[in-house]
Amino acid sequence: MFWVNKAHAGNTFMPPQASNFAESVDTLYGFLYYSSLISCILVIGGLVYFAFKYKRKTASDKTAYIPHNALLEFLWSFIPFVIFLVVFAWGWKIFYDMRSAPKDALEIHVVGQKWNWDFVYKSGRKTSSEFTIPINTPIKLIMGSRDVLHSFFVPSFRVKQDVIPGRYTSLWFTATKEGNFNVFCTEYCGTGHSTMLAKVKVVSKAAYESWLENNPYKGLTLSEVGQKVYAGRCIACHNVTNVKKIGPGFAGLWGSERKLTDGSTVVADEAYIRESILNPNAKKSVGYEEAVMTSFQGQVSEEELTGVIEYLKTLK
Amino acid sequence: MSSAADKSKNYLNHEKGLWSWLTTLDHKRIGIMYMITVMLFFLIGGIFALLIRFELFSTGGQIVDADGYNRMMTFHGAIMVFMVIIPGIPAFLGNFFLPLHLGAKDVAFPKVNLMSWYCLIIGAAISFFSLFAEKVATGWTFYTPYSISETSNGAILLVLGAFVMGFSSILTGLNFVATTHRLRAPGMGFFQMPLFVWGLYSTAILQIIATPVLAITLLLLAAEKTMGIGFFDPKLGGDPVLFQHFFWFYSHPAVYIMILPAMGIISELITAFSRKVIFGYKAIAFSSVGIAAVSFFVWGHHMFVSGQSQVAGVIFSFLTMLVGVPTAIKTFNWVATMYKGSIQFQSPMLYAMGFLFLFTIGGVTGVMLAVMAVDVHFHDTYFVVAHFHYVMVGGTLMAIMGGIYYWFPKMFGKMYNEFMAQLSFLFIFVGFNVTFFPQFILGAQGMPRRYFDYLPAFEPLNRVSTVGSWLIAIGFLIGLYVIINGLLKGKKAPDNPWGAKTLEWQTSSPPPHTNFHEQPVVTGGPYEFR
Ligand SMILES: [Cu+2]
Ligand SMILES: [Cu+2]
Repeated sequence: MFWVNKAHAGNTFMPPQASNFAESVDTLYGFLYYSSLISCILVIGGLVYFAFKYKRKTASDKTAYIPHNALLEFLWSFIPFVIFLVVFAWGWKIFYDMRSAPKDALEIHVVGQKWNWDFVYKSGRKTSSEFTIPINTPIKLIMGSRDVLHSFFVPSFRVKQDVIPGRYTSLWFTATKEGNFNVFCTEYCGTGHSTMLAKVKVVSKAAYESWLENNPYKGLTLSEVGQKVYAGRCIACHNVTNVKKIGPGFAGLWGSERKLTDGSTVVADEAYIRESILNPNAKKSVGYEEAVMTSFQGQVSEEELTGVIEYLKTLK
Repeated sequence: MSSAADKSKNYLNHEKGLWSWLTTLDHKRIGIMYMITVMLFFLIGGIFALLIRFELFSTGGQIVDADGYNRMMTFHGAIMVFMVIIPGIPAFLGNFFLPLHLGAKDVAFPKVNLMSWYCLIIGAAISFFSLFAEKVATGWTFYTPYSISETSNGAILLVLGAFVMGFSSILTGLNFVATTHRLRAPGMGFFQMPLFVWGLYSTAILQIIATPVLAITLLLLAAEKTMGIGFFDPKLGGDPVLFQHFFWFYSHPAVYIMILPAMGIISELITAFSRKVIFGYKAIAFSSVGIAAVSFFVWGHHMFVSGQSQVAGVIFSFLTMLVGVPTAIKTFNWVATMYKGSIQFQSPMLYAMGFLFLFTIGGVTGVMLAVMAVDVHFHDTYFVVAHFHYVMVGGTLMAIMGGIYYWFPKMFGKMYNEFMAQLSFLFIFVGFNVTFFPQFILGAQGMPRRYFDYLPAFEPLNRVSTVGSWLIAIGFLIGLYVIINGLLKGKKAPDNPWGAKTLEWQTSSPPPHTNFHEQPVVTGGPYEFR
């Protein structure tokens, strides 16, 4: 439509258009925006005009006695009614498209939890806090939550859907622009709600293929991923037996009770292992006061981290 | 009409002492008690609003951490909705003026009326306890399962508090319905009633029918928490979205409990200060009732992306459009009333015009949010925050302020300082737009609501918004000064300073204990300016 084109999107304050829905939503929004503007100018303009024109002049002013006017009242009920019906139907049409994912869409599972987003591809590849998709390809996100309500919102794609524990919801879109786009959580979920962000990376189809191919862990189970990571990074300081090297041996570590240097004890569970990898000096075990381990924060992916945990579980 | 000796006796000096107030059955005194209570709650809610805006002045933590912010946001919302805006107009101005409008001596059940004030106090006490002692941080909507998975019972207490306060509004509603039917002055049919009464009457019906649903919700929540029966918690086999249906089945009509009486006040102000008969009396009266009726069937417009079925979404979107029509009609009627009037710009009229300005913006953005595909983008962003503040603050609060100034001479028999009142209006009106207009833009750009921290790109507009909140604060401080100064030093008010036609202006200022010196008889409509 003439009043909304891509250049105009900036004037109506919307974010960049980067999906198949963006333009049609913005066109409808543009219609609403300009008809609202006209309505406001009519009502507020009328108000201000009358206020000045009919300002009280003397204390004994006489006023006209106009209790109603059938034609006027009919018109200003009927015209808004028609406009409302139009935008209702128009909004429904686009909403219907938003809810009708093509059968051949590329499916990616999304899991929301306090307070980050995980993405699982058909190949088993897992990413966290960011995911990569090919441009001009219908994508369907099948979403669930591990704890409370969250909501998956990509402003540049104009899509949003609540994520609910205990059932699956989905949304779909086709990205039309390469680049990185923000994902926000828009359903209040507690302390980390405002930091529950993610990135969607839209790349060319070729780049997507090679990203998939280059997965070093392709076809591996999580504990196999962990084993590979171990062989590369942990083996220097940790045995797979229960014999101490620089750090503790891994066999039997999982689920055991660890005595800490501050006198407390902790069970070696997911949270503890994770912390020990990302922030090794936070909880030191008795007997390892002098051992030095550097933090792997930012060095390991979510998949690798989970892999190591799963691997540890297999070392009895 | 009445002798000077009569006039020295009024409801304020009829009895003396704090006890006489706490046990009073006089609707006017109960109204004043509501006024003081609600103003106090408004002050507390307002302080939290300022703290929230201050926290959002820059990215990162300024004064509190994320949990602290979430609590402040919960306090602000719960206090303003349940303790300020819902009881604000009906219980305070409605209580005081409904019987006066009708030419009655009091409401139909004065003891119930007093009891409803105590319900508000008890409910507020429970809510404050849950907020401050239990540190509830669920937002005022307390969505499950977040609200029940928290270890404390705070959320249930908060719902209990909201229900006890809701009970207060049921009692007030019953009283208003009975009073309107039974106690009208001789000669006053339904179509000779002032439009404020129509607004209050429609609101009363909403209060009576909608509030019990809150009780059911409370019962289900408590049963789930204590007996482990799964209604809302998926771990127990419940459905969290069901809670949203219950919540909005009460809370959407509650939105109209907040706005319908405000619309009533605006009808009074516009006619009085244009000195002109209202345009389309019946259209305004019936649209109040129409809005009340349809408002029960639109709750799902809060849930387009919640996972409810597409069919449900379509029906709710359509019905919401239907509510838009009577709302638009009212706005056009008010503007048309000013046509060929004799308009005087005193502060009540400024507030009425401020209402029209802000409510129009709140209304058109409301239509945008009712359009499904557009709501998908705006839902739970600052666009929604801006929209409902334009309706609730720009609408309801503007009407309360206008109403307070309009009826101040009648309530207290004194005039307030007009210049200072206008200055207060200026700060509030400008500050309001500076605070909330940028939030429409933030929302359109994608900034979600209830965020303790935000992306650097959103910072400039957040700063503007925070500065606006300071202007509003200055405006209300001046307003408080105007009220206190008027009470202490105000000039004596005449019986009818504005030349208005409704019955309350026929009695003395302030009115006597029994409202009228002699029973008024009605011979024409409420706005017969000829
Ligand atoms: Cu969240
Ligand atoms: Cu609603």
